[in-house]
Amino acid sequence: MRISLKIIIFIFLIPSKSFGLIEVDITRGNLNPLPIAVSPLSIDENSRQNFEKILKKKNIGVEISKIIEVNLKTSGLFNPLNKDAFLQAPDIANLKPRFEDWNLIKAQALITGKVSFNEEKLRVEFRLWDVLAGKEMVALAFTTVPTNWRRVGHIITDKVYQRLTGEKGYFDTRIIYVAEEGPKTNRIKKLAIIDQDGANNKFLTLGNELVLTPRFNPTSQMVTYLSYFRNLPRVYLLDIETGMQEVVGDFPGMTFAPRFSPDGKKIIMSFAKDGNSDIYTMDLENRIVEKITNHPSIDTSPSYSPDGKFICFNSDRSGYQQIYVMKSDGSNVKRISFGKGLYGTPVWSPRGDLIAFTKLHKGRFYIGVMRTDGSGERLLTENFYQEAPSWSPNGRVLIFYRETKTDDKGEGFSAKLWSIDLTGYNERMVETPTDASDPSWSSLLSN
Amino acid sequence: MKKSLIRNIDQGAIMKLNEILKKTLLIVFACFALSACATSKKTTGQMQGDVYTGTDTVEYLASGVPDRVFFATNESVLTTASRETLRKQAAYLRKNSKITVVLEGHADERGTREYNLALGERRANAAKDYLMTYGISSDRISVLSYGKERPVDSGSNPLAWSKNRRSVTVKAN
Repeated sequence: MRISLKIIIFIFLIPSKSFGLIEVDITRGNLNPLPIAVSPLSIDENSRQNFEKILKKKNIGVEISKIIEVNLKTSGLFNPLNKDAFLQAPDIANLKPRFEDWNLIKAQALITGKVSFNEEKLRVEFRLWDVLAGKEMVALAFTTVPTNWRRVGHIITDKVYQRLTGEKGYFDTRIIYVAEEGPKTNRIKKLAIIDQDGANNKFLTLGNELVLTPRFNPTSQMVTYLSYFRNLPRVYLLDIETGMQEVVGDFPGMTFAPRFSPDGKKIIMSFAKDGNSDIYTMDLENRIVEKITNHPSIDTSPSYSPDGKFICFNSDRSGYQQIYVMKSDGSNVKRISFGKGLYGTPVWSPRGDLIAFTKLHKGRFYIGVMRTDGSGERLLTENFYQEAPSWSPNGRVLIFYRETKTDDKGEGFSAKLWSIDLTGYNERMVETPTDASDPSWSSLLSN
Repeated sequence: MKKSLIRNIDQGAIMKLNEILKKTLLIVFACFALSACATSKKTTGQMQGDVYTGTDTVEYLASGVPDRVFFATNESVLTTASRETLRKQAAYLRKNSKITVVLEGHADERGTREYNLALGERRANAAKDYLMTYGISSDRISVLSYGKERPVDSGSNPLAWSKNRRSVTVKAN
């Protein structure tokens, strides 16, 4: 009698608890990542065999759940629990989890799901459960081609992240970067693209000419970058789906430091002539070129605000490299960096409220952020050499590159991609097959 | 006859001046040594301030015509030595009027990539402007910035960086 009463009370408590479902606060450094159980996605034997034939993976359900686990762990906000401790079988857990079992291993959230082979396609359904409240938080099903199986893991992570943090995820994304090889004095550089988790690396150029600073179009899979094709450093456009390339504009000198406008319709860049670099834009539809800055100093590294109304850029008009903000027509130029040292590579956050930058002070390099009026400067990481931050599409993580100091013989050089949370926590290296620099984060591939 | 006489007198004067300079320099050096190198403008065998003055990496367009000039950190101002090198290059180019050149501007690794591209361009143009004031037509000079992409010395120390901050005159034909 007592037991049944308890159960009744428990059931009554649930509705009132629905208000207080678990939430993860991502605005501060998270030293207590949320314990989460990722039950392997269940799969029937027939589907398992079909996927094994196509994808050469023994159990695609297990593989997808591994991707989710790695994503959650690298975010720094979650602590995926060891599967050995799981008591409930994946297929039964997906129907109705026994919350007591999951509670016992201290899981606060649980992901379950099912994969099936359906008319040559991969069908997946998944659920996110609040273990303490005993409630389903998200349930979703979708179908895709089997070769997209890694993206299935990323999309599920994005949904889980969004439900638990209240902000969009950044897992179904790619990074374009420069792959580097060879001696420091004569590096071979190629454009390369890689999934956010380091999988599916693909080289996009052969390394015949020097390439630098690729940047994604925020609205498509187009890329703009600098190439030394025929020893003429110019800004190029590349369609990564078709491989088509074209030079941007017809400038009688070096163009460099390109980026897209937030609507993807313009390219903003520097043009150097007679020892002076100014900022220009080119409209990709009508090819109209506009000169935005007109100053005898170096003006470079321009980056638009997400609403397109302002541009932050790097200039040495004060004598040394500093960060400036102006209206997008070039008027109202204001210096915003006033701290000690030199400032470069300003990049406007996709959320609009912050500008990330590189700072050089007393021989050390820092990645930091400041508000768009220059107040609230916060340095996130310090090293011998690092620069060129790029924002995750949700504005919560920065990716940049770091170079090592060489030894007395000039050996031991390496360049690697690193990421760090806006909070300054969770700094980690992003694995790439070769040395790497100049990363640029794509938008979410699916929304 | 007259000309060579003047030259002789001039050279005599210069030699005397040199001697005076050497002596004063010695005194200055002694002062430096006494003050235990308290100043940052150290003059080592290969650097003055932080401008490279050695010959380690230097190649020659012709006998006695060095191919490169060096710069201070973040600077594109030509030093006295750089101007002398460029005057030799200008004389060489005036004599060999069919030769065209590319001025390759470089920066050290201690700056952001994009700013360094602009800085390399500015340095090469400083050299170009100087060649032009000595009579070399701009048609014969093109400019190419490599930023920090092509260091000659892979070291991570002030001497290596000083060798890498340079503008190199390369024959294009």
